[in-house]
Amino acid sequence: MSEPKSAPAEALLSLENISLSFGGLKAVSDVSFDIRKGEIRAIIGPNGAGKTSMLNCINGFYHPQQGRITFKGRTRKSMRPHEAARGGIARTFQNVALFKGMTTLDNIMTGRALRMKRGVLWQLLRAGPALREEIEHRRFCEEIIDFLEIEHIRKTPVGKLPYGLQKRVELGRALAMEPDLLLLDEPMAGMNLEEKQDMSRFILDVNRRDGTTIALIEHDMGVVMDISDRVVVLEYGRKIADGVPADVQGNQKVIDAYLGVPR
Amino acid sequence: MAGFGSFLEVLISGLLAGVLYSLVALGYVLIYKASGVFNYSQGAMVLLAGLALVRALGFFESQGIPYAAALVLALLFAAAVMALTAWIIERFILGPLVNQNELTLFMSTIGAAFILEGVAQMAFGSEVYPLRMFPKDAWILGEAYFPGGILINKLDIWGGVIAAVLVAAIALFFQRTKTGRALRAVADDHLAAQSVGIPISWIWFVVWFAAGLVALAAASVWGTKLGVQFSITFLALKALPVLIIGGFTSVPGAIAGGLIVGAGEKLAEIYLGALIGGGIEYWFAYVLALSVLMVRPQGLFGERLIERI
Amino acid sequence: MFYREAGQFKTSYAADMAIFPIRQDRIAMLLLLAFAFAGVPLLAAFHVPPFNSEYLLRAIILPFLILSLAAIGVNVLIGYCGQVSLGSGAFMAIGAYSAYKFNTGIPGLWLPPLPTLASILLGGLMASIAGIVFGIPSLRIKGLYLSVATLAAQFFFDWLFLRVKWFTNYAPSGSVSAPELSFFGLTVASPVEKYLLALTFVCVFALGAKNLARGNLGRQWMAIRDMDIAAELIGIRPLAAKLSAFAVSSFIIGVAGALWAFVYLGSWEPLAFNIDRSLQLLFMVIIGGLGTILGSFLGAAFILLLPIALSQLPAAVGLKISTATITHLEFIIFGSLICFLLIKEPLGFARLWQIGKEKLRLWPFPY
Repeated sequence: MSEPKSAPAEALLSLENISLSFGGLKAVSDVSFDIRKGEIRAIIGPNGAGKTSMLNCINGFYHPQQGRITFKGRTRKSMRPHEAARGGIARTFQNVALFKGMTTLDNIMTGRALRMKRGVLWQLLRAGPALREEIEHRRFCEEIIDFLEIEHIRKTPVGKLPYGLQKRVELGRALAMEPDLLLLDEPMAGMNLEEKQDMSRFILDVNRRDGTTIALIEHDMGVVMDISDRVVVLEYGRKIADGVPADVQGNQKVIDAYLGVPR
Repeated sequence: MAGFGSFLEVLISGLLAGVLYSLVALGYVLIYKASGVFNYSQGAMVLLAGLALVRALGFFESQGIPYAAALVLALLFAAAVMALTAWIIERFILGPLVNQNELTLFMSTIGAAFILEGVAQMAFGSEVYPLRMFPKDAWILGEAYFPGGILINKLDIWGGVIAAVLVAAIALFFQRTKTGRALRAVADDHLAAQSVGIPISWIWFVVWFAAGLVALAAASVWGTKLGVQFSITFLALKALPVLIIGGFTSVPGAIAGGLIVGAGEKLAEIYLGALIGGGIEYWFAYVLALSVLMVRPQGLFGERLIERI
Repeated sequence: MFYREAGQFKTSYAADMAIFPIRQDRIAMLLLLAFAFAGVPLLAAFHVPPFNSEYLLRAIILPFLILSLAAIGVNVLIGYCGQVSLGSGAFMAIGAYSAYKFNTGIPGLWLPPLPTLASILLGGLMASIAGIVFGIPSLRIKGLYLSVATLAAQFFFDWLFLRVKWFTNYAPSGSVSAPELSFFGLTVASPVEKYLLALTFVCVFALGAKNLARGNLGRQWMAIRDMDIAAELIGIRPLAAKLSAFAVSSFIIGVAGALWAFVYLGSWEPLAFNIDRSLQLLFMVIIGGLGTILGSFLGAAFILLLPIALSQLPAAVGLKISTATITHLEFIIFGSLICFLLIKEPLGFARLWQIGKEKLRLWPFPY
């Protein structure tokens, strides 16, 4: 369990009364919570609780019918995905969403796309400023590759990689964006114990070293309780608990949701 | 009233011509709906079916067989040719390409189109062969109301009847038979369908054979109209806008798309063509289709895809 | 044995990012370029077979070079950005007719006849603009629907250049002839000169396309191709990425069209750029290899040479077959080979080339 922060930091992102439905199906109803600057915030809940829909609302892929999203002090109802990316929100996906025909290095380099400014004509020549820029960003990406220990697959097309490594590459692509808020959707699904330990280490390092705020969805309760600062619990699209791991663990509603109670 | 009379005549002839496009489009829908393959060779299949039909008919008649019997024999012969074609395409082209992406499958059907065009003309000749399966004269209606009346081709009516029968048969096939349901499963996902034990090669043979029969129906009508000749393959290009307006997967869409294209094309040629020059029939249908897609990217009757991640 | 890269260490990112990171490849490429630019003209000048025949340069190598260029353009759009277009022929036509109009002057716009090079490049620019306009639907329409929709461009421009006489300067036959080709005072007329001209264009454009494809823009294209939703979620704007691919692709195709008309055909009519041309280009990039510049060349060579070889084969073997039969046989063999290649190697010749190179690294030891 990580150390409690000395003073509650300001909220980087807050969600107020978010409701989202597809046709008649309510995916999320009236959920509010916030994510503080610098913390690791876990979102947990049984399958179909609306966790991924929540992340999709945050980075603008879904537009909630009701509610307000405040990010970095700016309040809005919804935004376009690339606006969210520009604002500093990066994410990984439950079913890996890498660019399968491209190499590991190229995948991570796409995370730098927003920061590369040289015009088409310089890129055409691939000389002078464009080449310098390319090399500068290559250096940045190589640091991420070193950090994630994926040097050996640098030039392998990611479609050919095993699942665990793909998850790592995807994290690398998100890190290349140098995000303020990193959304991780089940980063450890389908991994064995060692892979989970590695991934937890990467997540904690990113949080401690770069001060990146992280929101993560995860089913492995051991990992969640170990690495997160605060946990929010969803069930059937509603929030049923919110607090530090110890509180949530003891919450009767949460225990019922996971173990099931006769109703 | 002359203006309205001629407008009505143009509209009706356009709608009926549109049904004839639908006849060709139905073949595409059938294959796409059932195997997820966009079959460029449908036009070549119409040519092959038409040539087989017209040459067999000529042969049987020259043997002294009465016309009606010769026609039945020729239809059976052409159907057999289409069955053989379906088997060969499944066995040698599509079978080895199971699970490839849409583009590769599409390209392979262009390859198949080349083969079919070459084989058809080598086996059955490459001239223009007149076919007279259906009456080609016209009715004149409503002389009491409009000067000169409205001209309606009997052939177009026949085309409409055939299209209606085909649509009913295809709908029954997809909804009511076990094979039809299996077809829809295969179209969704080749691999998943195989893994639950659907015999994909048999399914593909059935559907290509069915598309071959649709091509035969289209060939009998179009062959009567234009004569059976190589340029009949260009019908494929005429049927594509019909297809995208209706949606690749919708049988009613193919009919509705045909009506829209047929009527739109004829009206545009008469009223718009006067303004910007003749021959706009050549591209009008495509621009119409493009505008429809801008509003509904899946066509009028296509299934809407929900994007997930 | 000859293909070992052991001992070649890269000490800078620039060296690692080179087009040919392996020394042997660099040497081979330099030799090839030297032969193409200096060797071929010299051999032709001294009448060394087979370069003494005008037929080889004019009817085989020249169309190969120009169609390779067009195939590179098509590959940018289809191979790199994943937007399948069946309207490439139309963009070649736009390049050709625009270049013709600029080259002969447009009195209505007070434009005097422009030099050949400027006309060709402006032809590319016009094709590029048309490409952007016809690329706009790609923001809403995806996959096969889009490819069928691009046929709208094909048929519209076919019709436009056939029916609107202004484009052909009111030529009564509908066929137009390119004026004399001159570049900075040099006249290009003989087959060798035309060959060098096309070669220069192809090399410059291939390098430019390669540079774009491996840079930031190219990565954005490929991201859109591989998973457009994920690309949007990491901040790539689909609008900018797709339209830039349409613009670059159509520019290259337009220039190729202008060269095809001016340098190869000399005089032409709209039929030269019909749907068959579009399909031919599509075949080139798919058989050659999607998303590779090398594949564009390999595909162009194959698709162009195959019919020539097929038409000469019966005579060479001594068979007497009627021309109609030969045409039909060509259809059948061409179609069969296409299907065969798609089945055997869906990733195209470029992939085979790569596999061959990897085998060569180990050769002659198979482990």
